[in-house]
Amino acid sequence: MKLECKHVWEHISEYIDKSVDFQLREEIERHLEHCEICSAILDSTRNILVLTADERTFELPVGYSSRLHERLKEEIEKAKQVPPGDGQG
Amino acid sequence: MGMKETNEAGLIARILGGERELFHELIRPYERMVYLTLFSIVKNEADAEDGAQEAVISVFRNLKSFRGEAKFSTWLTMIAINEGRKRLRKAKSAAEESIEEEAEEHEGDYTPAPLTDWREIPLERLERKEIREALRRAVKELPGIYRQVFTLRDLEELNVEETAQALGLSANVVKVRLHRARILLQKRLVPFLKTTAPARRGFFGRAS
Repeated sequence: MKLECKHVWEHISEYIDKSVDFQLREEIERHLEHCEICSAILDSTRNILVLTADERTFELPVGYSSRLHERLKEEIEKAKQVPPGDGQG
Repeated sequence: MGMKETNEAGLIARILGGERELFHELIRPYERMVYLTLFSIVKNEADAEDGAQEAVISVFRNLKSFRGEAKFSTWLTMIAINEGRKRLRKAKSAAEESIEEEAEEHEGDYTPAPLTDWREIPLERLERKEIREALRRAVKELPGIYRQVFTLRDLEELNVEETAQALGLSANVVKVRLHRARILLQKRLVPFLKTTAPARRGFFGRAS
């Protein structure tokens, strides 16, 4: 059975996540071997995911971590006034 | 149970036993995750940071109610999501307008954009700042229900089950939303990913 491009696109996300079953995977791979359009779509989608996981793409505000731990320090100090297991919450 | 979880369970026990300073250590690996989760909901840096602080404080205060049915990271993410939703509701009622529709289904075309003259993207192209900027913008502009799933799965790299648990969705809904998010991003980013280099055919002079 020959897979159409549209059918490949419907499964592209699951294919990337390796969650399609063996048979479908084989069919998609056979399709990709000769279809440049689908290969390009797959590559570009993968590239976007690589970029997304790259920590430089989604950066935290400068000083976020130190402000967070400063705030935590205050909270921990406050909690110390209360014996363990006795606090609120 | 992996090494990480074992360490975590040990840390949690010690914190609950009174060594509260260890909470700094417990939370450090997840700081980024908490912020990104908040940002995916409130879409504003200052609000995301405030919310992240509140969520972390809330995790600290409620640590003894963590029972280990979920992974610590999932539990933490749920708290962050709650904090984000609380803020969003507040902002919405303050503005008295529907900022973002949370409809289950979005009408739209979820087919990817074809690329012509495609060659593998040169690495240096991916290194360009404008692509990162475009991706940040595109993610921000995704409908909320897609952005949240995308953030947990592809940014924070939770698996499907963890994402489903954290957002209170079925695994199947997570998969559908993730698929749509990725396709929408692919469509938006294609203009930035297109290469100006000649197509494969002709690159070596003639078609093979």
